[in-house]
Amino acid sequence: MNKYKKITLDGLIFQNPTFMLVLGTCPTLGLISSAFSAMGMGLTVVVILTLSNILISALRKVIPNEVRIPCYIVIIATLVTFVRMFLEKLVPNLYDALGGFLVLIVVNCIILGRAEAFANKHTVLESALDGVSTGLGFTAALTFMGVICEVLGSGSLFGFKLWDGFTIGMLATPAGAFLVYGLCIAGFTSVIDAFMRAKKVKANKLARENLLREAA
Amino acid sequence: MGTIIGIVLAAVLTQNFITAKTYGICPFLGVSKKTSSAVGMGIAVTIVMVLATLVTYPVYEYVMVPLGIDFLEIIFFIFIIASLVQMLEKIIQKLSPTLYNAMGIYLPLITTNCAVLGVTELVIGDMSSIIGTASMNIGWAALYALFSGLGFMFVMVIMSGMREKLNCYKVGKAIAGFPISMITACFICMAFMVFTYIQV
Repeated sequence: MNKYKKITLDGLIFQNPTFMLVLGTCPTLGLISSAFSAMGMGLTVVVILTLSNILISALRKVIPNEVRIPCYIVIIATLVTFVRMFLEKLVPNLYDALGGFLVLIVVNCIILGRAEAFANKHTVLESALDGVSTGLGFTAALTFMGVICEVLGSGSLFGFKLWDGFTIGMLATPAGAFLVYGLCIAGFTSVIDAFMRAKKVKANKLARENLLREAA
Repeated sequence: MGTIIGIVLAAVLTQNFITAKTYGICPFLGVSKKTSSAVGMGIAVTIVMVLATLVTYPVYEYVMVPLGIDFLEIIFFIFIIASLVQMLEKIIQKLSPTLYNAMGIYLPLITTNCAVLGVTELVIGDMSSIIGTASMNIGWAALYALFSGLGFMFVMVIMSGMREKLNCYKVGKAIAGFPISMITACFICMAFMVFTYIQV
């Protein structure tokens, strides 16, 4: 059970693709000016990442090692084609909000990165869990920044008008996206560092107490 | 003539791939530590963008649309780009080993660069905001790809210069690395926002 907990926590926090590994930056910067498109992008990536992780992990003994990257790309491109048709038909406003970034999920480093680093070495169940948790980590990060940018940049949240008059227009442009993303990485890594340091101090203290007790 | 000026201005200044569209950010942040590597990456991306557009545009327009398989464009395009990059790598390796040593390491990275797939997708989409009333053809597509690549290189060179300068200063531990690069990029984007007022 511990193994599954570790995979989940790694995907969500300790190896968060957006803040810790800084992968998939193009859609992040392009879509966080609106919370709706940021969250939509995140959920689309959850679906594609989970399916691609499951497929690649199931086929890991079949795919020859030398041509694995082209095989992964075909699998991912096929999934993106399916999801694109699905969204165009059923969720047209999300399809319009994502724009060109929907196609660019094919070359998103998170998906190919998880296939290469995780799915081709682990079982189907573990890979599926990794896909869901990494994707949700990405979604959470994007939605968080999307809310900041949309509230301060356009004075609205998920399209609902919150107030008039006070907006920082820069935060609704790519320049503001770069600024918010940079500051969020700095904040997140500082918090994680502080947490790890506190954990280490606690572990050291415990070890010292144990030693003293044994000595006594 | 007006169309050419419109394409050049849009691709390099007003709708620059990095500062306005945020395509190709991975190499922009990853390979911009030194000016020489930024130039190498920029040239490699430009060449691949032009070649990819020259292949994908006719394939889409004259093969896939008549056959009614245009929904398979993503799979076709990514395969064309991947094989082009592989081919280019082998050709450069054979023709000029010095160039290969200088540029070779950037080539494999380009396959998964969103700028290349992005430009091939953009030119088959609606381009009327850029080329106006002129009808789209392979010439405009290749010109747009060429100047988009040059605009990409332009911003990368500016960024690498700023990062080289930044190395001389001490920045706080919390914002060292990626955060300070992003804040630098934020200022470049703000500078480029001025160009959005250009009307052609």
